[in-house]
Amino acid sequence: MPNETILLLGVNHKNTPLEVREKLALSSGYEEPLRALEKIDGLREYYLLSTCNRVEILVSVDDGEDVEKNLAEFLFGDALTPDQYEKHLYCYRNEEAVHHLFMVAASLDSMIVGESQILGQLKEAYRWASEKKCTGPILNKLLHKSFSVAKRVRSETRIGSSAVSISYAAIELARKIFGSLDKKRVLLIGAGEMAELAAEHLVGNGAKEVVVANRTLAKALDLAKRFDGRAVGLTEIVEQLEYVDIIVSSTGAPGIILHKEEVKPLMRKRRNNPLFFIDIAVPRDLDPALNELDNVYLYDIDDLINVVELNKEERDKEAVKASRIVDEAALKFKDWLAGLTITPTIVALRAKGNQISQLELERTLPRLKNLTSKEQKSVEMMASAIVSKLLHDPVIYLKNESCKDKPEVKVDILRSVFALEKKQ
Amino acid sequence: MLGEINYLLFNAVLLVNFVVCVVYLIFFFRQKEKLRKIARMILVGSGVLQSLYILSRYLIAGHTPITSQHEAAVFFAWSVTWAYLSFHWRYSVKNFGTFVSVLIFILLVIAASVSREFYPLPPALQSLWLPIHAGVAVMAYAFLALAFCGAVMYLLQEQELKSKKFGFFFNRLPSLGALDQLNTHCLTAGFAFLTLGIITGSVWARQAWGTYWHWDPKETWSLITWFLYAAQIHQRFTLGWRGKRAAVMSIVGFCSVIFTLWGVSYLLGGQHSYAQ
Repeated sequence: MPNETILLLGVNHKNTPLEVREKLALSSGYEEPLRALEKIDGLREYYLLSTCNRVEILVSVDDGEDVEKNLAEFLFGDALTPDQYEKHLYCYRNEEAVHHLFMVAASLDSMIVGESQILGQLKEAYRWASEKKCTGPILNKLLHKSFSVAKRVRSETRIGSSAVSISYAAIELARKIFGSLDKKRVLLIGAGEMAELAAEHLVGNGAKEVVVANRTLAKALDLAKRFDGRAVGLTEIVEQLEYVDIIVSSTGAPGIILHKEEVKPLMRKRRNNPLFFIDIAVPRDLDPALNELDNVYLYDIDDLINVVELNKEERDKEAVKASRIVDEAALKFKDWLAGLTITPTIVALRAKGNQISQLELERTLPRLKNLTSKEQKSVEMMASAIVSKLLHDPVIYLKNESCKDKPEVKVDILRSVFALEKKQ
Repeated sequence: MLGEINYLLFNAVLLVNFVVCVVYLIFFFRQKEKLRKIARMILVGSGVLQSLYILSRYLIAGHTPITSQHEAAVFFAWSVTWAYLSFHWRYSVKNFGTFVSVLIFILLVIAASVSREFYPLPPALQSLWLPIHAGVAVMAYAFLALAFCGAVMYLLQEQELKSKKFGFFFNRLPSLGALDQLNTHCLTAGFAFLTLGIITGSVWARQAWGTYWHWDPKETWSLITWFLYAAQIHQRFTLGWRGKRAAVMSIVGFCSVIFTLWGVSYLLGGQHSYAQ
């Protein structure tokens, strides 16, 4: 009996603090970790998702136990010992894994429920995995299904339209600090998608000017042009801080790029006008100690969740609707998976029957010398009819959903009874 | 007859303000816009009642009623009420009313807890300068009191924002920007009145006693208060002191105001210590 298991391991923002997630985030892209995963024994198909809020591995394996441990070790590397990571790590199997993946794709497991970025991140991750030929029939089907679930949730519920995103949370906070965003200047450090989204919201709410600082100036220029803003180099950030009010940082830098000591002397030049830092990068870009300065407010991704919690109630209702869609899809997928194990069994069963009838015909026909070709045909037909009539009931038994036995059990029984070879 | 009306008026003021305070507090918890409107209407009523009460005392005493502890506290409450109400129409600082109404009620409770006797005014002080000097000083205190309320709100909101635990106050308090602006406006107005109060006082002193300044404890403490606010305003305009530091300074300044108003009278005595 093939014991194929879908396994999903990971950490996310819910039970793992930012400090730990930072250590796990794969800043080098997907290629390397995917190659490293290949070396783990027992993986048939695998896929890896890494965003600033979660790192998840989804695999299809023959048998779970050892693989689970190996994957956890792969995930945490030297960063944490098993005792330490035990409380952070979650591990789902089969239906639960499918359900979780759908929840993630539909943005129901997001820090900011309903944000749309996760789907793009999921597709990107899948693109890498499929290009490297890491995925097979099961994961391909599963991931494509997750995309369509996400789309359904988006179109059938209002979960995405309540404009809940990191930028939304950031604007709520900016309003509490500045009162109004009119005439406030924004500095984007890093020209990523996230920064663009934040800038769009800020400008939409009245911010006056956008300055973009980026490692590659060309990209900064592109983004700046969109908002009629200016582009500067990363080395000019401290200078710019004298003039801007809101800073959104989202670079892929491995360490802190702005320290408390650099900002402190600036406050006097700014005549203590408040500075609002939003750090949406993982690992963090900005020194957490910045928040200790008077009139400086620093929020990282984890902090933003608290703002979002404030208007949670309204969205909970939509979330219920959305999770029903997810439940439904997960159930359908489970059926498909079950069907996957039944179909090959039926195929194998028929193959065995045909093989037997073929063998017997080959043995018998040469001995019946006076048969016309028409009569010969009739004998052949009779043999195959016996086989298919004989196999009809077992096949019905396999396919019948109302039967009390589980599909795995039925498959197991038939394979034993008919001595079918184990599935590949 | 007038005495009875006077007595009843004060009790009415106290009761009405208690109601204002309760309605504002319920509004603070529930955040129902209708409650806020009701509370403001009653506060206007209370302001009118306070004015009538002061008028009745004026008619009985024959001079501006600001010569006893009781009268000083009532005058203080009255000025805070009207400063807030006139201020309110220009700026809408969310839930400011709740804090101010609590302060007004505290002032009235203080007024209720001391003697309501009328004291004869020494002939030296019977002058037109009394209403001018006292009126200006009390307006100064009113604006400084509003700045104090704003500063307390600022510190609460800043605490919410810095600790990132968005609790009870986060939604209910206005933005830091608005509170800081409120602080600036009230301080500037309060400081201007305070300066004027000290000047009118010294001009009056020259007329009454022959010297502009004779280091009466109250004068000394007014000067200390004045320097506290002067320093803060100076720092704000030169170095851009704002936010938390300005709020803390506002609270320290107001403590000095309170001490000048009552502490001095009880502890140090002097010309301003009213008849007790």
